[in-house]
Amino acid sequence: MAPILVARHVTKRFGGLVAVNDLDFEIEEHAIASVIGPNGAGKTTFFNCITGFYVPEEGTITFEGKEIQGLRPDKITSMGIARTYQNIRLFAKMSAIENVMVGMHPRLSLHWWDAVVHTPAFVRQERRVLRRAWELLDYIGLADWANHQANSLPYGAQRRLEIARALASEPKLLLLDEPTAGMNPQETAEMIEFIRKLRDDWDLTILLIEHDMKVVMTISEKITVLDFGTKIAEGKPEDIQRNPRVIEAYLGRGAASGLPTAQAADSAA
Amino acid sequence: MQATTWRSTIKAGLLTGVIALYVALTGMVLSLSKRPVVDKLSLGHVVYMLVFVVMGYLTARRSSWRTTRPALVPVQGLVVGGIGAALLALLPVFGQQVDLSWIFVTTKPNLYKFLLFNQESMAVGVAYLVLTGAALGGIAALLPILPEVLHQGLLYGAGFTLLLGVLSDLAQRTVLKVVLKPLFAYKGLKPSGALILFVVLSVLFGLRHWWLQRQRERSTMEVILGERPAWARGVQQGLLLGFLLILPVWLLNKDAYLNSVVNLVNLYIIMGLGLNIVVGFAGLLDLGYVAFFAIGAYTVALMTSTGDLGHGYTFWQALPLAVILALVAGVVLGIPVLRMRGDYLAIVTLGFGEIIRILANSDWLKPFMGGALGVLDIPKPALGNLVLKEEYQLYYLILAGIFITWFIATRLYHSRVGRAWQALREDEDVAEAMGIHLVTTKLLAFGFGAAFSGLSGAIFAAKVGSVYPHTFNLIISINVLSLIIVGGIGSLPGVVVGALALVGLPELLREFSEYRMLFYGIALITMMLVKPEGFWPKKLNVYSRPQDDTGPATP
Ligand SMILES: Nc1ncnc2c1ncn2[C@@H]1O[C@H](COP(=O)(O)OP(=O)(O)OP(=O)(O)O)[C@@H](O)[C@H]1O
Ligand SMILES: [Mg+2]
Repeated sequence: MAPILVARHVTKRFGGLVAVNDLDFEIEEHAIASVIGPNGAGKTTFFNCITGFYVPEEGTITFEGKEIQGLRPDKITSMGIARTYQNIRLFAKMSAIENVMVGMHPRLSLHWWDAVVHTPAFVRQERRVLRRAWELLDYIGLADWANHQANSLPYGAQRRLEIARALASEPKLLLLDEPTAGMNPQETAEMIEFIRKLRDDWDLTILLIEHDMKVVMTISEKITVLDFGTKIAEGKPEDIQRNPRVIEAYLGRGAASGLPTAQAADSAA
Repeated sequence: MQATTWRSTIKAGLLTGVIALYVALTGMVLSLSKRPVVDKLSLGHVVYMLVFVVMGYLTARRSSWRTTRPALVPVQGLVVGGIGAALLALLPVFGQQVDLSWIFVTTKPNLYKFLLFNQESMAVGVAYLVLTGAALGGIAALLPILPEVLHQGLLYGAGFTLLLGVLSDLAQRTVLKVVLKPLFAYKGLKPSGALILFVVLSVLFGLRHWWLQRQRERSTMEVILGERPAWARGVQQGLLLGFLLILPVWLLNKDAYLNSVVNLVNLYIIMGLGLNIVVGFAGLLDLGYVAFFAIGAYTVALMTSTGDLGHGYTFWQALPLAVILALVAGVVLGIPVLRMRGDYLAIVTLGFGEIIRILANSDWLKPFMGGALGVLDIPKPALGNLVLKEEYQLYYLILAGIFITWFIATRLYHSRVGRAWQALREDEDVAEAMGIHLVTTKLLAFGFGAAFSGLSGAIFAAKVGSVYPHTFNLIISINVLSLIIVGGIGSLPGVVVGALALVGLPELLREFSEYRMLFYGIALITMMLVKPEGFWPKKLNVYSRPQDDTGPATP
């Protein structure tokens, strides 16, 4: 299958710091792939380059054959890329369902005068928005929280709501920044199942950043490892596991807890 | 735990004393003492006594004993009020030995006499003062430990009784005088009248609280059961509309003064509804809002004036242009600040506001805009042969303005644009990442805000008949912003409440005009402490599941 997203020689610097260094990356349509790496490796920065938060100094990013680097974030989202955030960034004072409704924004077309006059098209569209928002909340299991303020939801629910909000924009590529951060093993297992289901139900391509090695190994079809902004390895989970450079990158920082172990690989296989 | 609570109580008492001293030293107390509220109790008394009441009340509300040892809470209030009053008492005690008037011009013997309740003996006077302070603090501290219905009922009952007492001559000018007359003396309430009003109002407000409580429980049920029957809303809105339509001629008796105050409040409501879109919905802090008011006013002034500067158009010809010019100005001034956030935005917009005023005042534009002399002879709007020259007639024009702006604001709020504004307010970066075009979204907010302000300014010019540059100063922007905050940011009914409290009240209490800014400060601080979300906060919208199934579920 053709890659849906291709990055070539992407470099992003902050002053003297090279956060992403000459990165080549691609992801196949309908795949689930992961980007891993120690803290500060440049994973989130790479996401930010894809979604238009940052403009890379060098390189190109191509989505469905069109170059997107340097486009405005809202433009990129309309093209079909949606994301969630490492530290949850919901619209805190809006209700859960309103968050989802905002997510639909790029798929709606009517203007303010339609809203003032309540043209038939507007009424139809708003009805559709409402129905769809409820559907999404049902799908994600948050219908009971629909009319609650987003920041009053339990932590796990907030993470799922972020996903629902991203889905509302009808993306083709979904970027998840550490979707299981702060979850217990039970919730983590559920989230893994959920991510798979997401891909199948919505015909999505999913790229995630993950710290939990077990999650990464279980779910990913391809793993890209970053260290100091540079890609040091790429491949199938079992290859990454045995890659000495990866082990060193993790062990060298003393991040033993993050070390991919043989057991994890076994249980994953 | 115990010790710290007592220590903080004493601290609150000292703070109370400092505030009371401050209030006394501003000169407010004496200058307000000529307006009786209830019998011999004057507004001057009320002002400094309110310090004890508010502080006692706040101490109680924040007390950690509220749930664990409620019996001690009134004692805390007693201590706070007592210490505060004792500190205040130091002023006359000390001041009668040493002449302080070379530092504080307001420290005159008659201030001391007033604070000591005109008692001959200082000891008796001081005792009165301290006992009054302690009693007020203690009683106020009782409120938070009472059941909510009583608490809210008594609180609002007392507040509105005092308010009616203060506004006694106004209350007697309206149609309600038939009912109210027996309660009032020549000025201020009779003690018996005050008692009756207090009881009645407390019961009413208690019932209101109980009703709202019930509504709240019900609205969650509504989500499950479907929407509230439409006729209930219809009746409610019909009654409100009826009241608004007969307000100036019936309730206010076509009284020119009262109607002019109402009109001013209403013009501020239109501005408030506009700024609320910018600040409340979209979260863009705009301090130059008066600029658009000025543009609207000057457009109407210059186009319609029958003087040298005017061009002889009618009000109705000038009005659309005034709104459009203000809108364009809003958008144009919005462009340079698109990339700015928060404080920077506030400062730059503040500058814009001043530029417009300075331009209007400049010698350069004097041949066209009249400079400091302003534009005079602006005719009143006419409907056919009917010239809207009386305040009660203009009322309807302004009311129509409120309806239109309210309608547009509500419609926009519940639409794609409205949701985009809110998202922008919550998190600009994420909003952009959700596909929201920041430039159009922001400019729409600036444009609508400015257009509403222009509309208000246009009517204002016709209402007052002349405009001068100095009318349009920063204070207006601050007033509008404050009334939004006091009412509850983002809330449309909040704008009304805010305008009534911050524009209507000071206008009615003329003695206050000198202390207007102080009054704003007090209102804002009190609100931050008692009701940080505003007096009529924005409620979360409730969306029920669509019942009908008329269209396909997927796009
Ligand atoms: N806006 C910024 N300005 C300056 N430096 C930045 C900025 N954003 C990120 N960085 C730096 O770039 C490097 C990469 O950061 P990034 O957030 O991409 O790491 P990460 O791989 O997502 O790490 P983590 O696992 O902790 O989330 C870090 O050293 C970070 O301090
Ligand atoms: Mg990160």
